[in-house]
Amino acid sequence: MKFPGHLGEYLLLMGKVLQRTPKRKIFWNQVLDEFVELGVRSVWIVFIISVFMGAVVAIQIAFNVDSPLLPRYTVGYITAQSIILEFSPTIMALILAGKVGSRIASEIGTMRVTEQIDALEIMGINSASYLILPKVIAAMLANPLLIILSMFVGIFGGWAAIFLTGVYSAHDYVFGIQSWFESMQVIYALTKTVVFAFIITSISGYYGYYVSGGALEVGSASTKAVVNSCVMIIVFNLILTQLFWA
Amino acid sequence: MIHTEHISKIFGDKQVLHDVSTVFEKGKTNLIIGESGSGKTVLMKCLVGLYEPDEGSVFFDNRNFTQMPLSSRKEVRKELGMLFQGSALFDSMSVIENVMFPLKMLTNMTYGQRVKRAVECLSRVNLRGVNKRLPAEISGGMKKRVAIARAIAVNPKYLFCDEPNSGLDPRTAILIDQLIAEITHEYNMTTIVNTHDMNSVLGIGDKVSFIHQGALWWEGDRHSILATDNAEVRRFIYANEILQHFQPTDNPTGDAESS
Ligand SMILES: Nc1ncnc2c1ncn2[C@@H]1O[C@H](COP(=O)(O)OP(=O)(O)O)[C@@H](O)[C@H]1O
Ligand SMILES: [Mg+2]
Repeated sequence: MKFPGHLGEYLLLMGKVLQRTPKRKIFWNQVLDEFVELGVRSVWIVFIISVFMGAVVAIQIAFNVDSPLLPRYTVGYITAQSIILEFSPTIMALILAGKVGSRIASEIGTMRVTEQIDALEIMGINSASYLILPKVIAAMLANPLLIILSMFVGIFGGWAAIFLTGVYSAHDYVFGIQSWFESMQVIYALTKTVVFAFIITSISGYYGYYVSGGALEVGSASTKAVVNSCVMIIVFNLILTQLFWA
Repeated sequence: MIHTEHISKIFGDKQVLHDVSTVFEKGKTNLIIGESGSGKTVLMKCLVGLYEPDEGSVFFDNRNFTQMPLSSRKEVRKELGMLFQGSALFDSMSVIENVMFPLKMLTNMTYGQRVKRAVECLSRVNLRGVNKRLPAEISGGMKKRVAIARAIAVNPKYLFCDEPNSGLDPRTAILIDQLIAEITHEYNMTTIVNTHDMNSVLGIGDKVSFIHQGALWWEGDRHSILATDNAEVRRFIYANEILQHFQPTDNPTGDAESS
């Protein structure tokens, strides 16, 4: 990756994206459409993955961390912490990068290679803003809701696994979850989520917007969009964690 | 009227357009012809500002479009319509939504007015009964018609068509050509059409500019082109076997010079 060149081009594009041109009503209708497309249509995958990951995390912790020497809230507490701090915001962001990022890059990339973007420009429309900004805003609104859903469902999945397998006391698990709750942790998680939503949509929009060629290039742009979104999510996860807790 | 002064365009180390200066007249179908890869699309994209020329300027009725600030360009853009090679319809929108789209974005018309105008334009291109279909559900010829309807929806002064009949059967191609010519004369637009099809040249070429390797090689009209003695132009014209029968045997005195 020719990193500095990409970064400059990306920043220029973001400058163009932020100069919103269409009428307010058209813009918010687009945001609503994208909210459904990127948010509502992701509920199912978030639900499924969160239940199972929550279950696995809880079982792992019950097996490996439980000891008579540790207080009885340990398993529930650590499971909830893992889910709220990292699993839901970060792992879910990686999964959404795969689902949402590839969709955005291929949708915009197809519009580029079939000259639909040129058609917008000809009409005097700021195509970058028209195509990318509603997706960015919609994901920044939808993803926190998805992540909150993921947290609840993940913790529930942990409970269900413990209850069904009997590896640990379900009662103690619930006690552990309820023992501490720091709102700062949820704020941290949701802040990350909003940043990751911006990363996924803007990077994918960038790779889609600058496709040239045909169907093959759209496919490879879509792959690059997902890979680079994931890398940036991991990097920013570290940066934000430092900023928050250091 | 649109005119260009000394347009050059370079991609990387490849010069695609060489010093193109010409005039496209109002109320006429101005054809840009040439082999594939000769630079027709690049020239058209320079005209409308999708590419920035590296040298030279484009003028819309003597307004220097190339040197204009972005905000004034936007005003000129509202006066032009373009028909892309692959139609470039928005594939998430139905036929009628495609035609209504520029009206929604660029005018303050109410929904009812937009529908009325879109229906008018669709019937002008002789397309009825497919308003609710998606672009993927209609034929190539219909797509071109929808694209023309969308391009004329805002009553443009300037119409640009990039290979309007590529990928169409010969009969449909002629109908699309005729439609473009009729609309041009009816609304007195400045129309520019890219083509490599001799049928179009002979059918609707009010003015013909021949591009060869990115340079303007010859200019004339559909009558003078058959008589030219410009070697490159003749090679282009008589590539078609049927036309070879009409090839003049004695060398006619040319009516235009190579530039
Ligand atoms: N964006 C671009 N970057 C680099 N080269 C280009 C670009 N667009 C066109 N070209 C080159 O310019 C030349 C003219 O292309 P074009 O205008 O599309 O030809 P045509 O007359 O068939 O429309 C071709 O050699 C093409 O490879
Ligand atoms: Mg072309």
